[in-house]
Amino acid sequence: MTLIVTDLSVARGGIPVLEGVSFALEPGRALILRGPNGIGKTTLLRTVAGLQPPLKGRIAGAEDQIAYAAHSDGLKPTLTVAENLTFWASVFGRSGIEQALDSFDLQSLRDRHAGALSAGQKRRLGLSRMLVTDRPVWIMDEPTVSLDANSVAMFAAAIRRHLEQGGSALIATHIDLGLEAEVLDTGPHKAKPPEIDDFDGGFL
Amino acid sequence: MIALLLRDLKLALRAGGGFGLGLAFFLIVTVMVPFSVGPQSELLSRIAPGVLWLGALLACLLSLDRLLALDWEDGSLDLLATAPLPLESIVTIKALAHWITTGLPLVLAAPVLGVLLNLPAPGFLWLVISLLLGTPALSVIGTFGAALTVGLKRGGLLMSLLVMPLYVPTLIFGSEVARRGAEDMAVQTPLLLLAGISAASIALLPFASAAVLRVNLR
Repeated sequence: MTLIVTDLSVARGGIPVLEGVSFALEPGRALILRGPNGIGKTTLLRTVAGLQPPLKGRIAGAEDQIAYAAHSDGLKPTLTVAENLTFWASVFGRSGIEQALDSFDLQSLRDRHAGALSAGQKRRLGLSRMLVTDRPVWIMDEPTVSLDANSVAMFAAAIRRHLEQGGSALIATHIDLGLEAEVLDTGPHKAKPPEIDDFDGGFL
Repeated sequence: MIALLLRDLKLALRAGGGFGLGLAFFLIVTVMVPFSVGPQSELLSRIAPGVLWLGALLACLLSLDRLLALDWEDGSLDLLATAPLPLESIVTIKALAHWITTGLPLVLAAPVLGVLLNLPAPGFLWLVISLLLGTPALSVIGTFGAALTVGLKRGGLLMSLLVMPLYVPTLIFGSEVARRGAEDMAVQTPLLLLAGISAASIALLPFASAAVLRVNLR
C-alpha cells in the first residue's frame, strides 16, 4: 500500500505552516523529514496520521494503515511494561508482545512499572509499541529523543526489519539513522504569510 | 474495546487512580448534612432523597476532570485516536468505566447513607432504582463535559460549570422518583422521564463527545 500525499497544506492554530508538500511512500521505503524547529514537521505528521484535517491537498492510502508515534509515549505510569504493551497490542487487535520486548531489550524490565523507567527506557517502550500494532506505515515524530547510541542502533535495526517486511516509515528526525532513505526537506515548503486582502483602516 | 475498559478499571484501582474518592466524598457530604440542618429526624427524612441525589451528583462530578485529561496529558488520547477504535466507542467505554468505578459504588452505598438521613422505609427501593437509572446519564453527560474541556489548563473547574446545568433534568426527575417513593406516591411519570433522559444521553451524547474531542485534538 503506497502512501501518496499530493499538494498538502497544513495549518497549526489556524495559521498555515507548510504548503505544497507532495510525496509518495512506497512499501519498503523510508522517508526522513528534515527542517528547522517550528517549520511544521509535527503538524505535517499529525495531518498525515489523520489527527487534524489538511487545509488543502489529498492524503491517499493512510486509512487504517498507520501507526503513529508522537512526542509523548502514551504510557501509564502505574501499569507495568508488559501491561502497557499488551494493552496497545489488544487495541490493535493483536497479541504477543515478546518480539517487541526482545527488539528493544525490555525483557528484563517487563514487570517494572512504567513510572519507574528512565526517560530512555520509556522511549524504548514507546517505540516497541509500533511493533505490536502490526500496521504497515509507521509515522514517527523525533523517535530518537533521549535514546543512547545503543538504543538508536536498536531502533534503526527495528526500522530496517520493518522495511524488509514490506512496511514503510515516515520519520521526522535530525540524526542519521544509517538508513537508505529519501530525505524531504520541509524548508522550501514554508507557507507564505497570508496576503492581507481586507485592510483595516480603523486601526490607523 | 474490552482492553480499554479493563485498562481503565485497572488504572482506577492502582495507586493514585482515585477509586473510592467519590464514594468517600458522598459519605462525608451526607454525614455533614445533619450537622448543618440540625438533628430533627422529621426534617431529615423529608430532605433525605434530595440530599442523597445531590450528594451522588457532586461525587460523580468530582472524578470527571481526570476522565480524559490524564490520557490527553500522557499522549494516549492521540494514539487511541489513530488506533482502529472509533472515538465514539472510546468515549463510550470511558463513560462506562467511570460509571463502574464511581456511579455503581454510589448506587450501592446510597441505602446505607439513607439510614443516616432517616430515609422512610419505602424510599430505599426507589432511591436505588432512581440512582441506578440516573447515574449512567451523569457519567455520559460528564464525559461530554470532559471532552469539551480536555487540554485546557484548570479545565476541571470550567467543566463543572458546564456540566452542572446539564445535570439539572436528571437531578429533578431522579430526586423526584426517590421523594415520591419515600412518600409512598406513584413514581411512574418521573421514573419514565428519568429513564428517557438516560437512554437519550447514552444514545446521542457519545457522538457529540467524539465530535468535540476531534476538534480538541487538532
